[in-house]
Amino acid sequence: MTGSKGAPLLQVRDLRVAFRRRGEPETVAVDGVSFDVAAGQVVGLVGESGCGKSVTSMAIMRLLPQRGVHITGSVKLDGEELLTLSDARMRERRGRDLSMVFQDPLSSLNPVIPIGLQITEVLRRHRGMDKEKAREAAVELLDRVGIPDPRRRITAYPHQLSGGMRQRVMIAIALACAPRLLIADEPTTALDVTIQAQILELLKEMVAETGAALIMITHDLGVVAGLCETVNVLYAGRIVERAQRHRLFGTPRHPYTHGLLRSIPRLDAPAGEALEAIPGSVVDNVPWTHACAFAPRCHRSVERCLEVTPAGETTGGRLLRCHNPVPASAE
Amino acid sequence: MLRFVLRRLLQVIPTLLLLSLLVFAWLRALPGGPASAFLGDRATPEAIAALNRQLGLDQPIFIQYGQFLGRILSGDFGASTITGQPVLAEIGRALPATVELSLAALLIAVLLGIPLGYLAASRRGGPLDVSTIMGTLVGVAVPVFFLGYLLKAFFAVQLRWFPPSGRQAVGIDATDVTGLAVLDGLLTREWDASWDALLHLVLPAVTLATIPLAVIVRITRASVLDVMGSDFVRTANSKGLAPGTVRGRHVLRNALLPVSTTIGLQVGLLLAGAVLTEKVFVWGGIGTLLADAITLKDYPRLQALLLLGALVYVLVNLLVDLSYAIIDPRVRLT
Repeated sequence: MTGSKGAPLLQVRDLRVAFRRRGEPETVAVDGVSFDVAAGQVVGLVGESGCGKSVTSMAIMRLLPQRGVHITGSVKLDGEELLTLSDARMRERRGRDLSMVFQDPLSSLNPVIPIGLQITEVLRRHRGMDKEKAREAAVELLDRVGIPDPRRRITAYPHQLSGGMRQRVMIAIALACAPRLLIADEPTTALDVTIQAQILELLKEMVAETGAALIMITHDLGVVAGLCETVNVLYAGRIVERAQRHRLFGTPRHPYTHGLLRSIPRLDAPAGEALEAIPGSVVDNVPWTHACAFAPRCHRSVERCLEVTPAGETTGGRLLRCHNPVPASAE
Repeated sequence: MLRFVLRRLLQVIPTLLLLSLLVFAWLRALPGGPASAFLGDRATPEAIAALNRQLGLDQPIFIQYGQFLGRILSGDFGASTITGQPVLAEIGRALPATVELSLAALLIAVLLGIPLGYLAASRRGGPLDVSTIMGTLVGVAVPVFFLGYLLKAFFAVQLRWFPPSGRQAVGIDATDVTGLAVLDGLLTREWDASWDALLHLVLPAVTLATIPLAVIVRITRASVLDVMGSDFVRTANSKGLAPGTVRGRHVLRNALLPVSTTIGLQVGLLLAGAVLTEKVFVWGGIGTLLADAITLKDYPRLQALLLLGALVYVLVNLLVDLSYAIIDPRVRLT
């Protein structure tokens, strides 16, 4: 097994993804992201829309189009470099060793094919099961993800299921071959609030049951709080802060993380206290090349922030990319 | 399903009734008429009046329409003013030729169009894609009769690969079973007759197929591109499925939905294209009947042909709707 301390399950090093279009300057969506995921660990990737969290996951899965996209850096799964793997070999690993749950379960399932087939096709491809065996396995999977009457539901089409049921089917598909790594990209964003908690609970259970590691991609710190051991906060394609969950929530150091936490409504807040929002939006970003991208929106920015790119510094297990962090004693 | 089909078939009746009224009124609103067309420019008014009386065209128009409807209900579409023969019998004789030609053209358009459209989409921006797009533009833009003469001049007259016109060579004694000459030859094991019919069929069928082929290629290409970018194809790829499975099961099945609608619409247009194609290749089908009927203002024949065309169109689109319900489980037939 590769459970030894030195070698994490997934090792992402200096991942950079740039979109290039003829006649336009390239857009850097992911700008040197590095993080590790240990076997069985749950890691959060948090940030607002456009911060590069989805692109990071698609790059790890090698699902980005090849044309117009330039990927550099390194993504190693169990020590094997994924970025230089042949397409055929990558297809063998995808769905078997690493798999993904997407945001919108309705558009992510094929509308004209029964859900049973959408589960069995993974099993038949990677496990070499025959039709009958795969069917039985699919029924069992549907049962495990909490779909009632799975033997009958296996012939249902996606449009005949509710949103929550569809996401359960997606999870069944992703976990069909018991992958070592599951990436969930905003798996609850398209669902009703009442269903969100159920799906998160299910993900948590399934991951614990199968021993898969989970990368939870979300903009919702509430999701992170209940699930992740380590949290990476992404801003404009770079990780600006990384810490253990309780440390990050207890003493956020980066002003962006701080702002994100302050913008969550709290039950223990004094009545009438206004929620704080982070001013501006990602369009205000300045390039990382000679500044901090967050500086224009940052209430703690100093002159240096617009002149020098802050380096990521790790102290005591916490990574921080900031010239003027929130003092550790605050809050 | 059965109720849906029955209801749709019942809906055909008012459609045809309305159409018959339009056709009837429109034909009689045109200047001239069968009598003057038949007797020529120098016919005396008396002669024209006499012939009109003989054909029943001197009656008030609503009485004519009433009589027309009454006869249709008993299956009598009247006699052609050109040949004097019952219109239905004429159509019955000419129909197999047109059906054979249209089926052949449709087969070419579908069997070539879908793979070509798919290949163009999967090699987007490549040489095949670019040449396909240009080819389809040319295919739509070139007039059918011009292309027909062009093919005939080159492949029939110059190269002598195919016969220039007609459906059967002199000296071939084919047995008539279905009226579809190629099929008849196969059924009766008259191989030479079948081969001869096929050779005759190639040029007209290719001519007639160009426009539907071009349209099917374009729609397939656009539809495949659309589906390739969809979330469920990304899911299919994230499962690590073999490329063939992703293509066939996930891309093509979804991409064919709009294509099937297009094919239905093209069948209707084939009938229009058949008029010109049959003219060029002296095919002797419905198209020829129609062309003559228009020139000579043959009211009964025109009425029958236009109603037949409408009926075919409605039935084909019913088939399309049914096929839609089969490929797409989200479509409920109610």
